[in-house]
Amino acid sequence: MAERKVYMDHNATTPLHPEVKKTLLQAMEAYGNPSSMHSFGREAKALVENAREMIASFIGAKPEELIFVGSGSEANNTVLNTISCPSHGCECPVNRKREIITTKIEHPCVLETAACLAQKGEEVKYIGVDKYGKIDLDQLEHAISDATAVVSVMAANNEVGTIQDMKRISEIVHQKGALFHTDAVQLVGKLPMNVDDLKIDYLSFSGHKIYGPKGVGALYVKKGVPFCPFIRGGHQERGMRAGTENTLGIIGLGKAVEMRKIEMKAEHDRLLGLKNLLRAGIEKRIPDVSFNGHPIDSLPGTLNASFMGAEGEAILLYLDLAGIAVSTGSACASGSLDPSHVLLAIGLEAEQAHGSIRMSMGRDNTREDIDYVVDNLLETISRVRKMSSAYMHK
Amino acid sequence: MTTQGPAWVYTEKVKEHFIHPKNVLQDDEVFDEDARGVVGNIKCGDEMILLIKVDKEKGTVSDIRWKTYGCASAIASTSILSELAKGMKLDSAYGLTSKDIERELGGLPEHKIHCSVLGDKALRAAIDDYYARQGMFDKVKQQKAHIICQCVGVTDEEIENAVLEGARTYAELQEHTKIGTVCGQCKPKTLELLEEYKTKHFSDSIRK
Repeated sequence: MAERKVYMDHNATTPLHPEVKKTLLQAMEAYGNPSSMHSFGREAKALVENAREMIASFIGAKPEELIFVGSGSEANNTVLNTISCPSHGCECPVNRKREIITTKIEHPCVLETAACLAQKGEEVKYIGVDKYGKIDLDQLEHAISDATAVVSVMAANNEVGTIQDMKRISEIVHQKGALFHTDAVQLVGKLPMNVDDLKIDYLSFSGHKIYGPKGVGALYVKKGVPFCPFIRGGHQERGMRAGTENTLGIIGLGKAVEMRKIEMKAEHDRLLGLKNLLRAGIEKRIPDVSFNGHPIDSLPGTLNASFMGAEGEAILLYLDLAGIAVSTGSACASGSLDPSHVLLAIGLEAEQAHGSIRMSMGRDNTREDIDYVVDNLLETISRVRKMSSAYMHK
Repeated sequence: MTTQGPAWVYTEKVKEHFIHPKNVLQDDEVFDEDARGVVGNIKCGDEMILLIKVDKEKGTVSDIRWKTYGCASAIASTSILSELAKGMKLDSAYGLTSKDIERELGGLPEHKIHCSVLGDKALRAAIDDYYARQGMFDKVKQQKAHIICQCVGVTDEEIENAVLEGARTYAELQEHTKIGTVCGQCKPKTLELLEEYKTKHFSDSIRK
């Protein structure tokens, strides 16, 4: 057993905030069905609606513009399927445009849904990114046509942390008469987000990336934009998402957002400081390393590094033996055959992508953690490189 | 909660060899090899160099060193192979397969076997290299066989054997050999060979 545990995989998921935990324990008593008319139901309903108001105000939305869903992935699937639903005989009142434009660095829940829709005959275009992971705005402007229904761009990338210029993208999209969807799962709760200021039409986010529970997400749908339910058969969420509400999850998400409101700014500055220390420590002590993602427009706690001649899964598992949790863009760790599509899209060679490690920090990480991680990275990288046929010339 | 997850992602044996790999070539080590084998492709995430010394009187592999760019199971499988093959007759060592390695490791996930278990192929390449260096060209099997799939290290001979064993389609060929399951660049050449061997061995029965 490792003497110490350091969790640096917050972009994968976060631990529950202690205040969220407390709230969840209390909320377990409120077991009524929010659809019921009796006191049990009314109590649960009130708690759900409180959460809705809290979250709506946090992102600059009206409560009735927010739908609770099962995950960020469900939110993203819902939006893309809304666009294509007329093709499948659906008669809901959505607009007739069908084309979807997205980027090469989206989460698989967007890319695979888009690919599935393309197979069914929809038009889908993919915008490329530069070496920092910023999308090509010229390419975007040229790609949008009269047929474009929606442009879906993630606000911040989960792997390299790059944050897009949301204001500019929104302007371009709306000038061209299309709708703007953003997968903001990695951004909401880490940086300010206001759907009204940015004129966003659809926004997806999730509870478990911001110290809330797993299995709950939210989808913002601007009043008046097309919408087609992804899950049908109930009046919940005003008929926009059927299924008995995940009251516990929703209440937990509301509390998590409330805590973000209080802690976000200070935590942002603290995490940025830790990231700079981590990066400086790695640069100073480990040779032949490069960093991925935008140097400035990046999530405060996310650092992605490629170590030449060292394979990512081996690094991850040696660090795990030292109690350190990180993730990798190497194919070997994912069970797929290709390395990270994000790292390939920013122009990395396959071998650099195989040798990449993502460290994503959160509210529990300390300066001592940074020292411990840098020490262990140094040991691990030299250990892997000593065995490596790709580092023999050094 | 105090529930612990499973002790590790792979078997204990894999963990043991991952933490303490045997016979890795050290940077400052002078190892006068009699032959070497290089297989894999760093683009696919795994590459391996294997050096052997041969006891010429006994005809055995007397010592092995290796280096690999690869994941945990690549490291562990090469380590255990280097222990297995040491002291073996050249012919027996040549016959070691990825199945033997997998068995010794107590199992590996399916997707790991064909991309990370390269040690047996590196060893065969090294033994062929040994025969070539000794001028014993009649013993070199690899000279007859050409590697078609660089990622998984499948030769034309293996494709032909798979066809003889019943593979008739690309998918069946992949089931037999795992050819083209990594980068897929070899597919056109593989399809050509598949047709060639089907015609060569089975054109009569196909006509019937």
